[in-house]
Amino acid sequence: MFIAASAAIIVAMALTLIRAMLGPTIYDRILAVNLFGTKALLLIAVMGFLTDRPEFLDIALVYALINFIATIAVMKFFRFAHLGHPHEEDNLGDL
Amino acid sequence: MAATAFAIIRLRNLFAVVMLSGIFSLLAASLYVLLSAVDVAFTEAAVGAGISTLLMLATLAITSEYEKKSERSNWLPKVIVFVTGGVLIYGTLDMPLYGAADAPANLHLIPRFILESGTEIGIPNIVTSVLASYRGYDTLGETVVIFTAAIGVLVLLGRGHNRWRPGMRKPVVPEDREEEV
Repeated sequence: MFIAASAAIIVAMALTLIRAMLGPTIYDRILAVNLFGTKALLLIAVMGFLTDRPEFLDIALVYALINFIATIAVMKFFRFAHLGHPHEEDNLGDL
Repeated sequence: MAATAFAIIRLRNLFAVVMLSGIFSLLAASLYVLLSAVDVAFTEAAVGAGISTLLMLATLAITSEYEKKSERSNWLPKVIVFVTGGVLIYGTLDMPLYGAADAPANLHLIPRFILESGTEIGIPNIVTSVLASYRGYDTLGETVVIFTAAIGVLVLLGRGHNRWRPGMRKPVVPEDREEEV
């Protein structure tokens, strides 16, 4: 069952990869990277159970945190072109 | 991984290239986890997929979004790359198998680290004593390199330099944003 799950995850990874390469808009690509991170951590978790090392779950959790923060940072950077230092004219840097 | 690297080379849209390099780092990190080098995988995921993607985006905000086509022929770099890659692959043929018990590193270095590093260095964690004492100068050099790189990045991308210039992506003007929020 774990083998089937990991095969399905790898297929999904390939599909997101194709979307990241073709993706017409920027949001497609950001979403593809986010999804790819999620798939990578799922793959790590499944591989952990497949090779009898369930402590891989902790690693997968930390991956989820890194993935989340990275996506937020990329979105924020794309929106404001900086990461939120105080801006000269407006107060948008406080977001 | 190979498909991602090939797409990174071929694509001209630099934003897609940045996103794909993030995916490439995630793939490399998964590979490290499967080879049970978990600490290296964490570094790769945090630095490769997180920080360097952001730094690349900061660079993209200063430069233009599309790569220019170069007119000169580039056969010499290609030859150098292929020869170097071939030599590196040829070098791996003589290496012992992954995890082989009779590899030279497993025969005399590892047992010594495991048996004696506790009394020699006085640190209970073997990895820490290898990094901080047996390879102390190596770690010091790495720290100097990272420090220099951080200074260079701060100088290049620092505040005050990222004003709008011709060729850059236009910043979102505040009037557009009011109605969206």
